[in-house]
Amino acid sequence: MTSETNLNDKKSRSLWALGWKRLRRDHIGFASLWVVGAFILLALAGAVGVIGSGWRDEVAKPYAPPTLFRNLGPKHVELTAENIDAANQAAQQAAQPAAPTGQEGAAAPTTGETGLSAEEDPLAADMAEAQKNTGQYQEAQVVKAETLPMGADLRGRDVLQKVLKGTSTSLLVGLVGSLAAIFLGTLMGGFGGYFGRKVDDLLMWFYSVFTSVPDMLLLLAFSAVMRRGISTVILVMALTSWTGTFRLMRAEFMKHKTREYVKAADAIGASHVRRMFIHILPNVTYLLLVQFSILTVALIKYEVILSFLGFGVSVTQISWGSMLAEAPAELLQGYWWQMVCVTVFMSILVTAFSMLTDSLRDALDPKVK
Amino acid sequence: MAEQMSDPMNDQKPLVSVQNLKVAFRMEEGEPFQALKGISFDIPKNRTVALVGESGSGKSVTSMAILRLLPSNAEFGEDSQILFEDKDLLREDPSQMRKIRGANIAMIFQEPMTSLNPVFTVGDQIVETLMLHMGMSRREAKLKAISLLKECGLPEPAKRVDAYPHELSGGQQQRVMIAMAIACEPKLLIADEPTTALDVTIQKQILGLVAELQKTRGMSVLFITHDLDVVGEFADEVVVMREGEIREHNEIKKIFESPKDNYTKALIKCRPHLGRRPERLAVIDDFMQEAPYVEPPHRPRGYATDDEIILDVQGLHKTFYSKDGLFRKRAFEAVKDVSFKLAKGKTLGIVGESGSGKTTVGLTLMRLHDATGGKAFFNGKDILSMTPKEFKEYKRRIQIVFQNPYASLNPRFTVQDILTEPMMLHGIGADARERRQLAGELADRVGLSAKALSKYPHEFSGGQRQRIAIARCLTMKPDILICDESVSALDVSVQAQVLNLLQDLQDEFRLSYLFISHDLSVVKHISDQVMVMHEGMLVEQADSDVIYARPQHDYTRELLASIPKGWPRGDDDLDLDGAMASA
Repeated sequence: MTSETNLNDKKSRSLWALGWKRLRRDHIGFASLWVVGAFILLALAGAVGVIGSGWRDEVAKPYAPPTLFRNLGPKHVELTAENIDAANQAAQQAAQPAAPTGQEGAAAPTTGETGLSAEEDPLAADMAEAQKNTGQYQEAQVVKAETLPMGADLRGRDVLQKVLKGTSTSLLVGLVGSLAAIFLGTLMGGFGGYFGRKVDDLLMWFYSVFTSVPDMLLLLAFSAVMRRGISTVILVMALTSWTGTFRLMRAEFMKHKTREYVKAADAIGASHVRRMFIHILPNVTYLLLVQFSILTVALIKYEVILSFLGFGVSVTQISWGSMLAEAPAELLQGYWWQMVCVTVFMSILVTAFSMLTDSLRDALDPKVK
Repeated sequence: MAEQMSDPMNDQKPLVSVQNLKVAFRMEEGEPFQALKGISFDIPKNRTVALVGESGSGKSVTSMAILRLLPSNAEFGEDSQILFEDKDLLREDPSQMRKIRGANIAMIFQEPMTSLNPVFTVGDQIVETLMLHMGMSRREAKLKAISLLKECGLPEPAKRVDAYPHELSGGQQQRVMIAMAIACEPKLLIADEPTTALDVTIQKQILGLVAELQKTRGMSVLFITHDLDVVGEFADEVVVMREGEIREHNEIKKIFESPKDNYTKALIKCRPHLGRRPERLAVIDDFMQEAPYVEPPHRPRGYATDDEIILDVQGLHKTFYSKDGLFRKRAFEAVKDVSFKLAKGKTLGIVGESGSGKTTVGLTLMRLHDATGGKAFFNGKDILSMTPKEFKEYKRRIQIVFQNPYASLNPRFTVQDILTEPMMLHGIGADARERRQLAGELADRVGLSAKALSKYPHEFSGGQRQRIAIARCLTMKPDILICDESVSALDVSVQAQVLNLLQDLQDEFRLSYLFISHDLSVVKHISDQVMVMHEGMLVEQADSDVIYARPQHDYTRELLASIPKGWPRGDDDLDLDGAMASA
């Protein structure tokens, strides 16, 4: 009777381990995994402030060009007070022949003086104090850089720092948003598919209402109502993108609940919740993983669109979308580096993520091949 | 080897000559898998050659190699040849191969439902073949299609030619498949388990049809099956295969009457027979050892008058409703007024064809379906009218072993998880450690090593998985085990092992079995009493020896007559009476 037990001593491997092995053999998929992993590390480092924390510092001259291309593109000319005065005077002189008499007082130079006497000025005492103490402080003479590796923006902020911090925000939004969407979709889809009947009818009705409104409109509506900020963006995305996962999980739970192994679990007395989450869920998780990776890419792109339209992260935060929102004005003046930098970062991540999705599907569901 | 094996009576050249055929499949990793290790045999003209073997024997790979329909990761040996009319099929170019496939070599598959395209009428599908390969016009082809369907015994062929596949029954679909296969008058018909998915009465008809067509059309047939009994009535030669090698190739008469190879002998003996009921079925190992196999004494069967009745089912009804339109419901009565008694430590067999409601009876008793009516007294308490809470205590005591061991184990659980989960749910065993120990003991009891516990179901063969499923039921110490086609998906030799195991467990734990199967020989072997179901109704119920020897009902007689008899001159008929005498 033991003739059949020719079990080899090879280490026993779960389906997950087998899937991982298949993924490792897929060079493109594995490389993509490295890229995505590197990005996630970057995002984590950004989130805890190891890198990109200085994105707000105005370290360079406005629109300082990238070091490699310092001689290419337009040169930004910084306007000083003298320039403005000179420009004003030139304008006045040009205007005088046309209007010899008139509001000369309005054009009088106002530089330097507050125009208030010491009694009227509430800050006069403080100012005098400060003036007196200036000698104690060492005036840190900030030398604004002429060029930066990736250039600078209007306010002289380092584009590289911005894009690193922006990666952190965008990836965080994508990952957390899709996790939340998957959670919602799986929970509702699982209940709908498993219990069917009334529960399913109700959830399907809810789903139909949600999908009947165009996605973009929903996104805009939610974000218009709520406060701006990263958490709002995440919430908005989770609330609008659970629908695909819901359909998928509903179908899977419907299919699996009639499978013999679930019937067997019923026969041994496993409760509904146990059957749903201990028995069925691990068997559909591979689909969720693929869904997660698809959704993350979609949400990263959504965030860009949302921030671009001004409904995304608040002005004190930085993301790829808000960086791209600055691009139109810059491009008109020929400052291309910020847009190119963001685009390159985004394309690498999105492409790697998409290829990883394909490989994941192949590795985890070998039947499709 | 092929030279000696070719038929001495027939000195013409064989139609197909397979020479030293080696097929290897490149795997994802590691060494390629050798599916065929250099086999040689001939298919003579106008003869039926049966290729018999269990799963993994390479019989289907052989047929696919002849048609060159193997997947792209298959590699042929360099000196392998398949000669068909002086052409080497392995080296023919693909466009030539397509012509040969349609016109000279045709094939019928196991599942007629999936082999027919559901969006075309059956007529269209035959007409397409005829127009493509025979160059007929549509009108001619249609007339020809009708005559082919008529030849294949489809009732009302002129009307059915315009039917869609789903409008036909499984047997009728298989007739259409055969009509399509013979449409271009092939010289060789390959039938790959054409009756395995069909009921036993339909199987008999289809087998008769294939045998008749072979004679009237003078073609050769390569018949592939796992069941030696099926080919007994019409094959001329049998090739017995195992693990990619030919074990024996001989005339049908010699195979059955004087098998030379131990494996062939084992195959004949492993299968339960209507006429014999040894205490233990023979398994392959019995024949592979030095000592000759001696059949153990026969086991008497039947209910005794003083048997303790553990389950008393009275007037069981089950109606399924399906939505018909917006508000109406359509009722389908799956089980109509079925009553029976199950005695402690005995086996009640339920036989019937598909749609007879036998499985529904089992599932309703487990309350996996809600019964529509009737009572089931388990130790005097009606389990069907209990609330779910009251039933929870009884749930553990009625357990089920499903048909498909590949589907009934959760693929993400290790064997240990599978075995300890029911104990945990029912509070058997004090802690996790004790449960693990119990699981180990049970795994050992069903013939699995201790190493098995940390493994996942996909690492086991079908028979081993069925053992795991049985062990899972045993963890709850049930009183009744419902075996729903539990051995039907297994190979003949593995089936014998699992049947032996079930018998041992019954003797040891005094389990009562409700043994549901379409296979009458298996039911006869294991059951004390047998009930025959047909279209939801109980047709006949009696002690198994009685019902097989003296069937009262016409339907029972028809069923019994349809069982493949193996070799016509077997000892079945003699023993039926012998069994009757002992009953």
